[in-house]
Amino acid sequence: MSAGAVSHVAEDRPRATGGRAPDVFSRSGWVPMREHALGDEVDFAIVGSGCGGAVLATKLAEAGHSVVMFDAGPFWRPLSDFASDEREQDKLYWLDPRVSDGDDPLELGANNSGRNVGGSTTHFQMVSLRFRPDWFKSRSKLGYAVDWPVDWHEMWHYYAEAERAMAISGPISYPWGPKRGRYPYREHEVNAAGLVLARGAEALGVAWAPTPLATVSAPRGKSPPCVYRGMCKIGCSTNAKQSMLVTYIPRALAAGAEIRDLAMVGRIDTGPDGRVTGVEFHRDGGWHVQRARNVVVAGYSIETPRLLLNSACGRYPNGLANGSDQVGRYLMVHSNHAVWAEMDEEIRWYKGPPSMACCEHWNYDDDDPSRDFHGGYSFMSQGPLPGDFAGTLVTATGAFGLDLRERMARYNRMAGLKIVGETMPQADNRVTLSDEKDGFGLPRARITFGYCDNDRRLYRHSLRFMSRMLQAAGGHDLLETSSTAHLMGGCRMGSDPETSVTDANGRSWEIPNLWICDGSLMPTAGGVNPALTIVANAARIGDRIVAMGRKGTI
Amino acid sequence: MTERFSAPYRGYDVLDKWDTPSFNDQTRRVLRGRMDPPPRRFFSDTEWRVLLALCARAMPQPERTDPVAMAPFIDADLHAGRGTGTRRADMPEPGAAWRRGLAALDAEAVARHGRGFADLDAAAANAILRAVDSGDLADPAAWDGLPAQRFLRETALKHIVSIYYSQPQGMSEIGYGGPASPRGYVRLGTDRIDPWEAPHGQWPDR
Repeated sequence: MSAGAVSHVAEDRPRATGGRAPDVFSRSGWVPMREHALGDEVDFAIVGSGCGGAVLATKLAEAGHSVVMFDAGPFWRPLSDFASDEREQDKLYWLDPRVSDGDDPLELGANNSGRNVGGSTTHFQMVSLRFRPDWFKSRSKLGYAVDWPVDWHEMWHYYAEAERAMAISGPISYPWGPKRGRYPYREHEVNAAGLVLARGAEALGVAWAPTPLATVSAPRGKSPPCVYRGMCKIGCSTNAKQSMLVTYIPRALAAGAEIRDLAMVGRIDTGPDGRVTGVEFHRDGGWHVQRARNVVVAGYSIETPRLLLNSACGRYPNGLANGSDQVGRYLMVHSNHAVWAEMDEEIRWYKGPPSMACCEHWNYDDDDPSRDFHGGYSFMSQGPLPGDFAGTLVTATGAFGLDLRERMARYNRMAGLKIVGETMPQADNRVTLSDEKDGFGLPRARITFGYCDNDRRLYRHSLRFMSRMLQAAGGHDLLETSSTAHLMGGCRMGSDPETSVTDANGRSWEIPNLWICDGSLMPTAGGVNPALTIVANAARIGDRIVAMGRKGTI
Repeated sequence: MTERFSAPYRGYDVLDKWDTPSFNDQTRRVLRGRMDPPPRRFFSDTEWRVLLALCARAMPQPERTDPVAMAPFIDADLHAGRGTGTRRADMPEPGAAWRRGLAALDAEAVARHGRGFADLDAAAANAILRAVDSGDLADPAAWDGLPAQRFLRETALKHIVSIYYSQPQGMSEIGYGGPASPRGYVRLGTDRIDPWEAPHGQWPDR
């Protein structure tokens, strides 16, 4: 772009302004958007527009509340903004550094952090699994971690709602867990990479399933069916993917919610009575204040605690909602260990969503004599893009030169299995503030993480099992790699103000008009990808807040 | 030892699909912008020579008269301050890590052979990279606390390969489908290919 030209690039200037927001189903069109003046005291200011914020904004706006939702990142139109290119699509991730330390330091960025309207769902891999019901009471029923302050029957209702809202495509009959209705859309044809998992599972005598996925297998409204381009992790350019950006965000706008893109919230303000009064945000080159009767933090497990800590003031010197020193603690990830193998056939795992077949056997089998860990893990077939897989190879093996090029030349014959492994909530795995400041002058997050012994036993078990399965499926020249995925916890909900940040409704114990609604609320991680659970939990919280509003108890 | 790369997909080029439904305007725009390497703005002359040598060892291309360039894109990323979202507490920010790591590689070469990394033959340079990867350092002081293996794998090699496989030559040589929008794929099953994919590879073991 030439200097001085007016930019129409989403990452340069806010798009949701002047009474309109991008029409995500068009290449350059708009939809009308209600706007609020900064001085207006809106009912809810929501910070973050992912699985938590987008769902809650929709619920609240549809119930008639005035809502302004902020996101630090751009407001994309996938049809014209998303290229078929790994490097270009880095623009979906939160690339501003977080400081990472501890015994097993985490990789952030592309691994788990989005930065755009729609949050991480623009680049999630769409795996949409429900928690095992017992996990909501894992302390009482299974003897580890803590209980959620929520009953699984209630969550089951909201899982069904979330699956309808995201039009999940899945099998008619799912092998694990209590009976559920059929998925809204029929399952996808399983690709060759998934059939490797299927073959291995059948050889070892465990169940498998076509993965329930948030990409449509038939047309839905303005979303065309998935065309299996395989670039889900770098953004869906056809809108088949049922991200927040193309599901809840348009609903929220239609219901009257305002969205402010490229708006970084740096601080939550408090008044003399100790209640929050609004948010300070940076947009279009300057700082502004939006007044609000309620503030909802929905920035996920790093940015949510960071914002609460960065909002410290005289009355709350350790940050907001942090009177019992719980903000930022009990951060969890999923262990993401994998086994890769070379097959005799060409698999061409670049085709189709990356994880088209899954196995939840170790989430449900409690009695196998080999089980030497608490918690569970699922695993899925894999389909990394070339840059991603090459990065995995060099990180895990240090290979370089012609050796590396030859290994990569077998890309089309590779298959892999990778876990989503539950890690235990630990108080010292946490988010704090570093001494460094970002471009807005805000202290950066410092993330401290280390596995516990149970976490290690779990992923070691998974590596043994997946190696056996790949060999049973005909794989050879196996390679084991380690990584992590997803974020959970950091501001957990609970029943006791001493050991949690919010109650079951996401309302902070300390400040009644300060709420949290995102994955940071999760008290445990479970052995499945978290997006569907975050959506379901946000829908549940949304209904509760709306009900409280009707009774006048917000 | 002659270095040779045996390509299973000889003759396949993802760019042959440039004017087909596998490419859309935004992808063409991105790839067009990647055709000409950007000018050097970040690294010094000395650092640049070591970087070029490192890229040549990481991704040797003996079969190409016009090899894929990687160093200019690394330089451009660092000049632009492009990050990854993570800074390990024991690592400096990416630009500083690169500068220190390249200087340390050069110091390793001097300590072992009395000449700089860029002046070594392939076998000697490869041996140094393997030694550094295994923590066998000839000049530990030159690293100044920079974790050597982590620099090599996660800062240097990971960045280099991300650029190599973002180029059409890198995609083509592994038989990857490349850009795929608006048209994706139809035939998903084992050993099945669409007419717009690479034909079956030539595999010595099949």
